Amino acid sequence: MAKVLMKGNEAIAESAIRAGGLCYFCYPITPQSEVAEYLSWRMPEVGGSFLQAESEVAVANMLYGAAGAGVRVWTTSSSPGISLMQEGLSYIAAAELPAVVVNIVRCGPGLGGILPSQCDYLQATKGGGHGDYRCLVYGPSSVQEAVDLMPLAFDRADRYRNPVIVVGDGMIGQMMEPVEFRRYEFPPLPSKDWATTGCKGRKPNVVNSLYLDPAKEEQLNIRMAQKYEKMKREEVRYEEFWTDRPYRVLLVAYGTTARICKTAIQKLAEQGIEAALLRPISLFPFPEEKVYELGQRAEWVMSVEMSMGQMLEDVRLAMGRTKPVYFYGRTGGMVPSPDEVVEAVKLHLERK
Amino acid sequence: MKTVFRRPESLANVATHYCPGCTHGVIHRLIAEAIDELGLRERTVGIAPVGCSVLAFNYFNFDFQEAAHGRAPAVATGIKRGRPDLIVFTYQGDGDLASIGMAEIVHAANRGEKFTVVFVNNAIYGMTGGQMAPTTMPGQVTTTSPAGRDVNLVGYPIRMCELLASLRTPGFIERVAVHHPKYIARAKRAIKQAFKYQAENRCFSFVECLSTCPTNWGLSPLKACKWLEENMMPYYPVKNFKTPEEVGSNSQALATDEPRRPSAAPVREPAARNHGEASHAG
Ligand SMILES: Cc1ncc(C[n+]2csc(CCOP(=O)(O)OP(=O)(O)O)c2C)c(N)n1
Ligand code: SF4
Repeated sequence: MAKVLMKGNEAIAESAIRAGGLCYFCYPITPQSEVAEYLSWRMPEVGGSFLQAESEVAVANMLYGAAGAGVRVWTTSSSPGISLMQEGLSYIAAAELPAVVVNIVRCGPGLGGILPSQCDYLQATKGGGHGDYRCLVYGPSSVQEAVDLMPLAFDRADRYRNPVIVVGDGMIGQMMEPVEFRRYEFPPLPSKDWATTGCKGRKPNVVNSLYLDPAKEEQLNIRMAQKYEKMKREEVRYEEFWTDRPYRVLLVAYGTTARICKTAIQKLAEQGIEAALLRPISLFPFPEEKVYELGQRAEWVMSVEMSMGQMLEDVRLAMGRTKPVYFYGRTGGMVPSPDEVVEAVKLHLERK
Repeated sequence: MKTVFRRPESLANVATHYCPGCTHGVIHRLIAEAIDELGLRERTVGIAPVGCSVLAFNYFNFDFQEAAHGRAPAVATGIKRGRPDLIVFTYQGDGDLASIGMAEIVHAANRGEKFTVVFVNNAIYGMTGGQMAPTTMPGQVTTTSPAGRDVNLVGYPIRMCELLASLRTPGFIERVAVHHPKYIARAKRAIKQAFKYQAENRCFSFVECLSTCPTNWGLSPLKACKWLEENMMPYYPVKNFKTPEEVGSNSQALATDEPRRPSAAPVREPAARNHGEASHAG
């Protein structure tokens, strides 16, 4: 198919439809309302279901219901709305249901502002709601990558029976870029024989997260933990940039910030400073082994984020005490410029 | 020999955990009978709330989902929107439905979601040990209103049927009681009618069951039935509030006038909608 110029939010919507995400619930919030606006006419056209709910609290529980009935279901929102969904997401994870949630992150905490940010990293990757669970989390850095990750997100949600979160920032949602909707092939999925589809010809199915017997609740937690270990083995995704040449500095950045870092690395090279980038695509599971491996070849490592330092914790965990780990970030909706990243790198080099 | 009484197929063959004299069990049976008689068992999905009936999925013999506290109408909406062919009902207590889940129930009713709600009003939070509910009677003693519900501080009990019947969207709304055989027969008719409307894809249907909680009311089962009749029934009249054929009795003011078209805002007829702009992405 030829490339079309599309706004990130609309491209995400179209990609989800093509991936079979034909049941969508939402509540308006900037900077992602275009997804809902697009789907409000597109869903009826493809025979799907679109509903604007009364709140994000309701949305998350609608996801739970539809997912429990075996329907491929998803939503989009932004930071304050995602906070309201945490109750439902915890239930979805506990009942082992598949659902896809796109968070076009805006700056916070509180009502914050509507400009791009990466301040929901910890919420997305460390659980977010109550209880011992994780979501599979992807962080695209271009509109095309967001388009490509949507089918993967639906597939992995079904395969792992687990919520999958796609974290974009306001840049990804609002940016216009040429995109191509490719055909994606995945191995066949197991049948949803656990879903509440009516008990004709079988024993009743129950979608549930209540375990009054501590031994059974522990068993659930252990089973879920095994699932996350499997994700760590099989679902790690990342991109390397200029790691095929010698470098003194390794930057770690995802999403929009990674694009800025690539420009910064080119600018650093013009000044004779060699740097490389590791861009996590899966934020959970975090590419910790790759960070460690590439970090060993650098003098030090720097996490660059649009936050006060959240992924930094994972980078530090990955590096242990082997090399210094620094941080550079802008937040509150301020997007770092490549020159600022260059200056931050040089500052640490001079200090040495 | 002729069988005159047996367990409905929709009811599981297990003992419940409900306290002796609790009316949850009666309501379970009425639902099971209605579903059996309408032949809906094999495509029914029930939604259990958080409350004493949190384990309801163990007591019915068809598919079930367990919802977060108050969110059953959202869960039901999700199922119905994704799978309109299924028969879906929520089973909710008064804390669940009228307090934490108020937004979800009002909006589901207002959208006219085509599922059924069985609302169990026992005027108290049963499961958590007898705290005040939004439906607790004025002066009623609970563990969080030890001097009796003070309406000057916390307002009057919420009448959910009346509140929902004021919505313009068509629906079936009825209040029944389950403390006495006379009322139980009527409750059964209402519950069956509610499922019938759903099976016909007609409307949102809602049946409020005035119910007892002998344990947390601190009364014997028999005295609890008497208390319900003397204290709850005058405030919560047992009657039909709305059928899809006619709009409810306390919504006359709203029912008579069709909403007027705003002159400034654009209004598009559904049939005239233009989806042509879809083509660039198709
Ligand atoms: C979010 C949340 N808040 C509080 C609770 C605790 N809780 C469990 S049951 C319940 C009250 C249920 O009362 P009601 O809905 O009247 O049902 P009943 O037990 O009387 O049948 C509460 C507050 C919870 N489970 N979840
Ligand atoms: S606490 Fe009340 S509502 Fe709950 S089972 Fe006992 S009697 Fe029934």
